[in-house]
Amino acid sequence: MGYPHKPHPKETVVLSQYFGDADARTIKGWTKRGGYEALSQALKMDPVAVTDVVKESGLRGRGGAGFPTGLKWSFMPKEKKKAHYLCVNADESEPGTFKDREIMRWTPHALLEGTAIAAHAIRAEIAYIYIRGEFTEPWMIMSRALEEANAAGVFGSIKIYLHRGAGAYICGEETALMNSLEGKRGNPRIKPPFPAAAGLFGLPTTINNVETLAAVPHIVKRGAAWYKGLCLSNPKSTGTKLFSVCGHVQRPGNYEVTMGFPLKALLYDMCGGPPAGRTLKACIPGGSSVPILTREETEACLLDYEGVVAQGSMLGSGGVIVFDDSADMVYQIMRLAKFYAHESCAQCTQCREGTAWTTKIMERILAGQGKTTDLDLLLDLSENMTGKTICVLSDSCAAPIVSGIKKFRGEFEAYLAGNRQPVLVG
Amino acid sequence: MADGLINLTIDGAPVSVPPGTLVIEAAKQAGVLVPHYCYHPGLPVAGVCRMCLVEIEKAPKLAIACATTVTEGMVVRTQAAPAKAARKSVLEFLLINHPLDCPICDQAGECELQDFVFQEGRAGTRYSEYPKRFNPVEDFGPDVLYVPNRCILCTRCVRFMEDVAQEPVLNVSERGDRAFIGIHPDARLDHPWAGNVVDLCPVGSLLSKEFLHKARAWELDKTASICTGCSQGCNITLDTRDEVVVRVRPRPNLEVNRYFICDHGRMHYKWMNRGDRVEAPLVRRDGELRAADWDEALARVVGILRGASGKAVALVSPGASSEALALAKRLLSGGSFSWTGAFQVVMGEEAPLAGVPNLALRAERAPNARGAENLGYTREYAQALEAAKTAAVVLVLDDPDCSVETNGALIYLGTVLGADAPCRRADVILPIANVAEEEGTFTNRDGRDQRYYQAKPAPGMAQPAAWILGELTAAMGLAEAAR
Repeated sequence: MGYPHKPHPKETVVLSQYFGDADARTIKGWTKRGGYEALSQALKMDPVAVTDVVKESGLRGRGGAGFPTGLKWSFMPKEKKKAHYLCVNADESEPGTFKDREIMRWTPHALLEGTAIAAHAIRAEIAYIYIRGEFTEPWMIMSRALEEANAAGVFGSIKIYLHRGAGAYICGEETALMNSLEGKRGNPRIKPPFPAAAGLFGLPTTINNVETLAAVPHIVKRGAAWYKGLCLSNPKSTGTKLFSVCGHVQRPGNYEVTMGFPLKALLYDMCGGPPAGRTLKACIPGGSSVPILTREETEACLLDYEGVVAQGSMLGSGGVIVFDDSADMVYQIMRLAKFYAHESCAQCTQCREGTAWTTKIMERILAGQGKTTDLDLLLDLSENMTGKTICVLSDSCAAPIVSGIKKFRGEFEAYLAGNRQPVLVG
Repeated sequence: MADGLINLTIDGAPVSVPPGTLVIEAAKQAGVLVPHYCYHPGLPVAGVCRMCLVEIEKAPKLAIACATTVTEGMVVRTQAAPAKAARKSVLEFLLINHPLDCPICDQAGECELQDFVFQEGRAGTRYSEYPKRFNPVEDFGPDVLYVPNRCILCTRCVRFMEDVAQEPVLNVSERGDRAFIGIHPDARLDHPWAGNVVDLCPVGSLLSKEFLHKARAWELDKTASICTGCSQGCNITLDTRDEVVVRVRPRPNLEVNRYFICDHGRMHYKWMNRGDRVEAPLVRRDGELRAADWDEALARVVGILRGASGKAVALVSPGASSEALALAKRLLSGGSFSWTGAFQVVMGEEAPLAGVPNLALRAERAPNARGAENLGYTREYAQALEAAKTAAVVLVLDDPDCSVETNGALIYLGTVLGADAPCRRADVILPIANVAEEEGTFTNRDGRDQRYYQAKPAPGMAQPAAWILGELTAAMGLAEAAR
């Protein structure tokens, strides 16, 4: 894997400051750059005070749901009666998302530092970093960094362990991740109980995303007010966010911008827009699980939690997938549905059967064998798959189908009418 | 409104239940069965089939009744349009890969999928173009077949083996619509309680080889009974077809066996259908056993008893009803007799069900040893056999192979009599009904008296032992006839 691009002038470089700087990977290099200062500062603070700083900063979960991080930490039992755990979700498997990978590749100590601060804030003795199984290089870099940090004894009494997943998308769902860590099949659990009450091994647990925790040392060091000031639009969305842009743009990659940054500027100015001669057709702004945006919506979209919702989608994980006018939206949506059908854990009926069934219908439409009733059937099945299962994998399969049919119905109808060359998918 | 109870409304009916009760259980109290597959009161909650979705007022979305605990003032609507639509869609999803082979499926007629589809499913399919998922039938264990095509992955079997039997040999293998129930490659489903997965399976996916294609569910008559396999006293249902017992199934009793029975008990029924039964009273005339009617046979016994005095010995089966045992004692301890009664118990290996306290296949393989003891019978069988040699009267109750020798009169009440059985030397042989053919009481090892009922008629002239002994005690002036 190569070095990332030089930061674009419009980027606000906080998390990605040392991306491409191999020296920052070592503990020596990291300390030279001011690393672990925030941790030693935090360890001297009362856990509640650390939580309050993060609460005040407005930091929200970067894994997809956007839940306020400080608030999440404050859900841990006030009076500590049992062991507390911190889980770090580094199972970045959302299609189109590759921000956590870069954080672990280039600034492993930022994650370790943020992890230790969070563990201190929630009074956890042990933190587990659950790394996606396919992340060989990040795994090696993280292992080395953890070894160095342990040798330097920077974590005090906090123990941090790395755990490597075995390659299941669903293990990025927080409770499935905990089951997997426990050595069980990675099936999401029914909530309640929520992790803060009964999480890993049935004990109070907080789980945070890599990017969320990597931001924490900056907040502790530079203050909540500074972080809160990083906001271009809605004051409920603060700080910077990494966006992984892929698909039909000239310069794909990770870009760090302040919350509220226009998506249009990200795609055209920073990523160079679609390839020459092409025009933008659609965009999935937050990883494959969120509704698709049309060109008009994309160009009007502001990149913060509220801004993307205003356009009918979600900020999600910040995995921006771009389609130009050469893209076959029916094929793309089939591909997404097929992914979810492959990854469904098989617990809930709607998800197990629905993801596979919708995929089959999508394939049939592409093969030119669709029926006129298929679009209504897809919409009805999607409705039946939404909001009725343990986790949101089923909803995630339905979201692009529903938004795809709504926004690109003409392409579906062209296949149904036999006006398009059939595509056979096996 | 009772203290400490939670009050809620289910489909308009007010119910009060203890805190912590699940909505699905509270609904049962309101007389509402929320359709469900994965939920079972004897297993940990899984919440995976999503069938029991109900509408709860003020909740943002539909909730599963099996994993939602009641709260004060909760208003539950199981028949709200969104809940019905959601359940209808679950049934549709379950059926797209479920073969419609009900005509050859053992579960048909007692299948929860069939029942709920008829109740609230869709009439036609929208999945017409595709072949259904296919996986070959697997041989899971001594009595269990797995038909994966019918499986709806409710995971009841997996949870039973993991949490109740605590021998986790089953799992969900694969993901998505390729998933099926897998068995550990080096294991067999041969746990002594494994047969329960067949009962737990809501569809015809896990089948008993023993019962395979033996009967249709709707042909069966069901009778409440008590298992005779050991001294635990598990509550069972005897399923009979054309007056033949074809299946034993557990009958829930939270105090004794919860929802389960062991495989030993499950298989312990074939002897109830034996064809080589004693069907008529036999009395010895001119040295030969000859068939007689009941009047003659009973008169003969009364004659023997009236003409005898001294030692009277009863050698009884611990599988006889308490009623018969009590009357046998009354008969032989009245008048001028000095009474001794004894029984012997066949012993076997104890096999506990790990996840349920105080539930095991007991080493004592007899249903009424405790009842016999309560009535004064002893386990000193050898001494009783010795005493029998010099007794005036010996009564053997349903113990055909006991090596009894006596100089006195020998009366045998039994179901069968082998060609070389020592009891063939008896003066009178009276045919009795077996446990499936009479009504009676057993006392289990914990002292619980439990009643069992008649499931089929007794063959020929056989009568319940309690009736025969009742007639005799009455004739002897010891009691009213206990009919």
